[in-house]
Order: sequence, then structure tokens, then C-alpha cells
Amino acid sequence: MAEPSKTEGNPAGPAEVVTPNVTEVAEIDVATESAAVAAIEAPAERGEPILQVRNLVKHFPLTQGILFKRQVGAVKAVDGVSFDLYQGETLGIVGESGCGKSTVARLLMTLEKATAGEVFYKGQDITRLSGRALKAVRRNIQMVFQDPYTSLNPRMTVGDIIGEPFDIHPEVAPKGDRRGKVQDLLDVVGLNPEYINRYPHQFSGGQRQRIGIARGLALNPEVIICDEPVSALDVSVQAQVINLMEKLQDEFNLSYIFIAHDLSIVRHISDRVGVMYLGKMAEIGTDTQIYDHPTHPYTQALLSAVPVPDPEARTGRERIILSGDVPSPANPPSGCRFRTRCWKAEDKCAKEVPLLAIPERFVSSTTPAAHESACHFAEEKNVVHAV
Amino acid sequence: MPDVIKTKTDATTDALAPPAAGAPESAADGHKSQGKPRSLWGDAWYDLRHRPMFWISSILLLFLIVVAAFPGLFTSVDPRDGDLTNHFLTKPELGSFFQPDWFGYDGQGRSIYARVVYGTRASILVGVGVTAAVTIIGGLLGMLAGYFGGWLDSIISRITDIFFGIPFLLGAMVVLNAFTERKVYVVIFALAFLGWTSICRVMRSSVITAKQADYVTAARALGAGTKRILFRHVLPNAMAPTIVVATIALGGYISAEATLSFLGLGLADPTISWGIDIAQGSKDIRDNPHALFFPAGMLSLTVFAFIMLGDAVRDALDPKLR
Amino acid sequence: MTIIEETSSVPTPRSGDSDTTPLLEVRDLHVEFHTRDGVAKAVNGVNYSVSSGETLAVLGESGSGKSVTAQAIMGILDMPPGSIPQGQILYRGQDMLTMSYEERRKIRGRKIAMIFQDALSSLNPVLSVGYQLGEMYRVHEGLSRKAAKAKAIELMERVNIPAAKARVNDYPHQFSGGMRQRIMIAMALALEPDLIIADEPTTALDVTVQAQVMDLLADLQREFNMGLILITHDLGVVADVADKIAVMYAGRIVETAPVHELYKRPAHPYTRGLLDSIPRLDQKGQELYAIKGLPPNLLKIPAGCAFNPRCPKAQDICRTDVPVLDPVTEQDGTELPGRGSACHFWKETIHG
Repeated sequence: MAEPSKTEGNPAGPAEVVTPNVTEVAEIDVATESAAVAAIEAPAERGEPILQVRNLVKHFPLTQGILFKRQVGAVKAVDGVSFDLYQGETLGIVGESGCGKSTVARLLMTLEKATAGEVFYKGQDITRLSGRALKAVRRNIQMVFQDPYTSLNPRMTVGDIIGEPFDIHPEVAPKGDRRGKVQDLLDVVGLNPEYINRYPHQFSGGQRQRIGIARGLALNPEVIICDEPVSALDVSVQAQVINLMEKLQDEFNLSYIFIAHDLSIVRHISDRVGVMYLGKMAEIGTDTQIYDHPTHPYTQALLSAVPVPDPEARTGRERIILSGDVPSPANPPSGCRFRTRCWKAEDKCAKEVPLLAIPERFVSSTTPAAHESACHFAEEKNVVHAV
Repeated sequence: MPDVIKTKTDATTDALAPPAAGAPESAADGHKSQGKPRSLWGDAWYDLRHRPMFWISSILLLFLIVVAAFPGLFTSVDPRDGDLTNHFLTKPELGSFFQPDWFGYDGQGRSIYARVVYGTRASILVGVGVTAAVTIIGGLLGMLAGYFGGWLDSIISRITDIFFGIPFLLGAMVVLNAFTERKVYVVIFALAFLGWTSICRVMRSSVITAKQADYVTAARALGAGTKRILFRHVLPNAMAPTIVVATIALGGYISAEATLSFLGLGLADPTISWGIDIAQGSKDIRDNPHALFFPAGMLSLTVFAFIMLGDAVRDALDPKLR
Repeated sequence: MTIIEETSSVPTPRSGDSDTTPLLEVRDLHVEFHTRDGVAKAVNGVNYSVSSGETLAVLGESGSGKSVTAQAIMGILDMPPGSIPQGQILYRGQDMLTMSYEERRKIRGRKIAMIFQDALSSLNPVLSVGYQLGEMYRVHEGLSRKAAKAKAIELMERVNIPAAKARVNDYPHQFSGGMRQRIMIAMALALEPDLIIADEPTTALDVTVQAQVMDLLADLQREFNMGLILITHDLGVVADVADKIAVMYAGRIVETAPVHELYKRPAHPYTRGLLDSIPRLDQKGQELYAIKGLPPNLLKIPAGCAFNPRCPKAQDICRTDVPVLDPVTEQDGTELPGRGSACHFWKETIHG
């Protein structure tokens, strides 16, 4: 897809948010609800931002006491994350366990209530929607889960699982058509339509993930959020599912948010990639910018640690081994969150929170290093390609 | 969604070949019913059918239920008809099964066989009645507490704790003391009043487990309402432990009824109950053990059959516990 | 380095070309599981060997039998439902399967140790890590409580756990995933075994921690000159540490090769498919190659070559004859040491 131009979609920083394409942010009452539904139903233009996340925050309160609970702190799972998803693209989000990437997915799905911040879907702030408008959003944003063994109800047939979206949104398919539609969906994801009456435990992991994808496709959504969709699958099956997802993206004009910890797979499928660390976005850019020209030390460490399936690369590759563990999100370090493990850290890093923006030294240049990076000392370093 | 309909098999490339004929099936595909749908309940039933323990207990229980429903089929003697000339008479004549006097007579000259046959009904009624009541009350409260959580859970859990703290039999005695009439439904009420807590706890914890499953999140993400999530997703997956606990507890309720009747607090005389007969039989255990042996033996057999059934059901529903 | 020299699934006694018997040798091992649905043939004639200081990577997907083989070696297979109908597991030339329980117990833990994927569930949550580490010394070597604790601290330092002295009394849940895996490694090392079997040791860890743990394992192996069997599905991890590789599919070894050879020119279509199907970090590929179909059902493994329904090169012979692990040679017949392929068409695969 066409690379989104930097001047248009990118906010200068989380502090001053420029959000184009937003028409109204007001509280939703009955009169505006219909307008909201209409806006949500309207088709999105290719290359337009379809999802705009602004300063998204989710704190899980830590409480003490049995009867009279009092808050003693908060796990800052997501702490001010902003990004855009453009129509038709795949945005990869990578990070280690506990970085908040799965919480972002749940917030986008409105499965959790955001503590602060906005998520605009076609100009509507979905964190404040309810009722009819929220239902319309749910029809358009779907999710594929990580674990194909727990994401399908073991007591329902495949037909019932894939057909359930039609029961919940009956306006999408008339009752008589549903069985045929379910069989078509099975066919689309490469499963035998005759398996409609089988149960999930009669399928292997890869097949189950296809069932999960078919369920996600049923309502013909525009955005699919994939939370580690292949990490539970065998290597030979992973490739099948990745190819299927790419094929479906072209066929149904889908936009993906692809959350994963496997950096190779994310590079393969994504147009743009965001790197998260401890609830914040460390760096975001196109796949070439992130993988070949990373400027944030965390991204560099992460990339250098990925084992490359090539024994010749054993020598000659620089490996940045980080010391220590990820700090607790309940008590993150001051300033830059990565500073406790960063080899570049200076006093400034403890005092000032680095903003996610194009580093000053690259602002006027056109190098691929000129992409948003939340580091005071952003500096290009190619770690993937052996020198 | 017209695009989906148009896409036919040609779109499925070689790499995505559906595992049709020739392709190896998943390891989950099993025995004879290869390729047929196999639900988890179906699997459990398959498992159950292959257990001798299940069949022994089922046949036994079926027989007991028939006895309870139609005692007249098994004896023509009136169990309340006492003839003091038969006082503690034993006449075990082998070969004459189902004769009214095969088990002998009790102190009041009543046929023990007829009394054991007629006593079955009270025991089975109490057992099934208490189990049904307990499953409904405990299951409902446990489901609400587990699913909605928060203050509702706190309140229900605390009430459960309070009831759980009352000793079961002692509590039942106190409740029964409040009634002058000692009919079967009164005993059911007394036992159910205190017995629902264990089911409630089991249900609450299995609902909590089920509601955290990814498929519930998936249903929420689709926009499913509470009713659908609860009855389509959570409940069917939370039922199994409750069924197991209820089946095993059934035997326990029968013996609880017998205990209460033995103590003179449960069913009272015009009603015929094994517990009452055990109480009377135990008074003269030294000289006439048969008056105690037969009702007590029937009671043990019944309780044993229910517990055995519960074990078989548990093994079938949750193979991991084996 | 030892050469994997078996040419058929029938074990042949080693010729006396070397005076050193391998540390561990698995010969024609079969493992079955009796289930309600039939007999699952998890391992169907596996041969491999490891020498001191050598790293053998056993590569395979779920259900390939790689972990079951390791469990059979350790003697921790659940029997029943599992059973070992035939095969030998030779530790320094002695068959462990025919040993008495007592003899075997002496080898397990002391001579051969195992590291599991899930460190949290492998450690006892109610005992401090110091106690668990010291237990090895108290039980096997009869050390006092105090001496055992000192040894435990020493071990923790050896696996680079910071502030070992302060943390020796902490409980497993107080450590992060990477640290717990280090403790597992420390435990395996405690009695200085000859061989370590690591079953997916880094799969549950984050990438940055993965690198730390693998490096530690490799360093310790070098230091103690241990044999290492690394069981994994991750082609990246294998490329980083292994000396030689055995690729397993449906309970058989389908290819063996020294690490550089395997990646450069695989001699089995399955290996080739695996290598082609992983996306690369350093380049943006086009569509991924995908091996079609599904891993086989162990209850009814396809006749002939188990890979035939998924193989792009399958011919009629593949559906009838089970291919044996043939030695792989250059086009001119020059022997390639350590290489073998269980494919009827290995020549076409490697040279074609």
C-alpha cells in the first residue's frame, strides 16, 4: 500500500494531538447515535486512517482489603499509546510479555474500559459509544485469538461457532441463508464445508485457528485485530495460516493489527510496525524503517536477540544482551522506561520522558531513520544484517 | 456479505488444501465414529458405556426406582399390618424369594420384607428431591455469584460461608424441630436448606473458570449479550463438576434422612422409612439382628449405588481426575 | 565429533573404528501409547548418539516424538499408557532399559539431567530455591544443611543469578521467567552430569531473555564438556548452538546432518519445506512457502513414507515403501560425514 505521508497522519507527539478525520467527540445521545451508526457504516477510503488511537491509557487498580477495598496502586499496563491504522494496511505491534500489547488489543475491542484516551473508528470515539453504535462497531472490528484450543467453545459445533455472529447480528444474514454462509466461510478459510457439524476437539491446532478466522470474517468486518494468531501453531502450519491471512486481506480489503512477539513473522506480514515496552510505544515506522534502520536502543536489542535460522550468521552478528529483567508495570522507572536496562542511559533519561516523535537530528533528513522513536539519544544502528 | 459467497474452492490454493480425502486427519479424530461429529457429552457417554461400574450401579438404581414407584408389584403384604404372633419370627426358607416372610418379622410382627420394599420410596424421594432442590438453589446462586462477581459475589459467598459453618445434621435437626408434621417434603426442605452450599461453591468456581475462557471473550467481542454468554457459553461448560457433586451427594442425602429418622427427628411413623426401621431394629440387636440387618443393608446398597454412579460419571466427564 | 552412522532402521553394532563409545546412544527405539482410540505410535525406530562436548539438536513439530524419546531416555515416560516394545538406550555402552530400577536411578539426575520448558511448574512452589538446589547435595551426597546451602549459592552464582546470597531463600514465584529457567539449569548442573537433555528450554521465554539463557547453557556445556541434547522446534535456536541436527517427523528421524550442511542444502523435502516456510528477519519475503496438509495422526500413520501426503515430490513408491535413513553423498559419490536422509528421492532433493 501507499506509505502514509508523514505530515498528514502523524501527531507531533502525544502531548499535542492532531487528529484528522474526526467530526465529533461529543457525548452520544439518541439523536447523535444514528449519526454515529451512519458514520460507522460508511465505507472507508483506502489509505485513510480507519483507526486512530490517541493517548490510550489502561491502569488496573491494585486493591487491598476484603470488604472495604482501597486502592494501593495500579498496574500501568498501557500508559499513553498513540498510533494510526490506515485502511488496507497491516500494523504489527511487537514487544515482550507484559509490555501491554494484548491490553491494547482488548481496549480496541472495547473488552476493557480505557482509563483515559480515545480510540477513533471512522471519527467516532469507540471508548464512549454504547448501544446501537457500539454494536455497529463490534460488527466492523473483529478479533482472532492466540490459543485455538481455548478460543472455541468445546460444546458447540463448528457450524454454531461460525454461525453465532449471525445470531447476534441477525440483520447481516437472513435465517435461511446462514448454513450456506457458514459453509462458504469454511471453504474460504480452506476447510471442508462438510465439517460443519463437527466439534472443535476433532480438529488440529491449525484447523481450529482457521475456524477462529472464519468466525472473525463472518460479519464482513473492516478491521481484524490478531493477538498472536500463529504463536501456538507448528512451524509448518504457521506459514499456511499467515498465507491465508494475507490472501483474505486482499480479498476482503481488511486492515489488520497484528500483535506478536515473533519479530520475523511481524516483518513478513506488516506494512508498519510499532515496538512496545512497558506500556509505551518505543518506536513506530514502516517495516524497513524499524528492521533495517532502528533508532531506539530497545528495538535494536530486541532485533539483535532474535535467533536467525542460518548457522553462518553465528559469527559476525552483533548481539546486544540486555541485563536484568523488565521492571514491574506497577512501578515503572521514572523518565524513560527503558533506562534501567539501556546502555546509553544518562541523567536526562531518568528525568525526562522521551516523546514519541521523529528525533530532532533526523527531522530535516529523508533517511529511513527519520521515523518516530521515543529516545533522547536516538541513533541508527543496523543489527539485523551481519556486517 | 456477497464476496464470501462468490469465493469458491478455486481460491483455496494448494498450500491451503483442505484436509479432505487422503490428507491425514487430526490426532483428535478417533475410533469407529471416524469423521462423525463427536460432542464432549457424546464422548462422556461413550466413556460411560464402557464402564462396568456404570452398568452395575445403573441397573441397581433402576431396580430401586421401580421398587419405589410400584412397591405393590413386589409384595402384597401391608407393611403396617402387625401380627404379634409373628413377633421377631425368622423364617428364612431358601428358594422362596419375594415371599412376604422371607426376611422375617419385626418386634411388632410386621413383615420386614414388605417394610423394606415400601421404605424404598421415602429414601429415593428424599434423595432425589434434596438433590434437585439443592442443584437448583445452589446452582443458581453459584452461577450468579461467579458470573457477575463484585458485591453480588461478596454477599452470596458470605451467606454461603455462614450456612457452610452450620453443622449439616445439627442444623437439619433444628429446622425439623420447628415442624410438627414430619412428611417427606419437610425432610427435603430441612436437608436442602443446609445442603445447597457445596453445590453453590462448585458452581461458582466452575463458572469463574468458564467465564475467563477465550471463547467467552470472543462472544463478547462479537457483541453477545449476557443471556447468550451465560446460557450458551458459560453454563454448558460449567455444568460437569456440578453434575458429579450432585450425583455423589445424592447417596449422602439418603443416609442423612436415615440418620435423622433414626434419631426420631426425620420421618415419623405412619411414613415407612429405612431409618425408622433401623432405629427400631437396633433396640434388640443382640437377639434379633435380622430386624436391623435388612433395612440397613438396603440403605447401604442404595447409597453405594449412587456413589458408584457418581464416580463413574466423574471419570467420564473429567478424565483428568482419574 | 561422532558420526551418525546407522544406515538402516535395524541397529548394527558399532564397528571398532573408534575407541570411544558415545556418551549416549539410542538404538531403534520404539514407543507406543495405548489409548481408548487405538495404539498411538509416537516413536518408530529412532537412532541417535551424542558424545561429550557435543550438541545434538532434535528438531521436530508437535507429535514428532522428539519429547517422547527424551522422556524414554530419562525413564520418566508414563507407563502405562506408554510402552517401549523394542529398542535400546545405551549410556556409555550399557542398556538402560534392561537395568534395575536402582541402577537407573543412579544415572538419572547424577549422570543425565533434564531441563524442562516450564520452569515454574517444574519447581516446587512451597520450598525455597536454595532448599531445592541444596536437596541434590543432601540426598545424593549427604551434605549437611549448611554446606548444602553454601553449594546452592555457589550454583546460583554460576548461572549468573544476581545477588545469589540474598535470594537463596526466595521462592520460585519471586523470580522472573528467565531467572527460573536459570535455576532449573543450576539444578540440572548440580551433580555435574555428563549429559543434559533440554526440552524446549527457551520456548516460554522472551527473545531478549532467550538469548541470555541459551548463551549460558552453551557456556556451561563448554566448561564442563557435557553432551547436550537440545529438543526444539525453533530453527533459529538450532542454528545458533547445535553441532549436528536430527530432524524428526512422525516418530522417525528423517534427516541427520551437521548444522551448516542442513541449512545450506537439506536432503529431505520436509526439512526443505520447514526452512522455506519460516519468514526471515533480515529480508521482506513474498508469499511464504507452506507445507500443505497437517501433521500426521499417530494413530494411523500413512503407509510408506509418513510425509508422503504432504510432500510435493511424492511418487507411488513413497506410498508403499518406508524409506530408510540412507547415507547422503556428493554427486560424485564422495561421502558426506554425518549426513543421512530417509527419502527415496534424497538425490533429487539435495542435488536437483
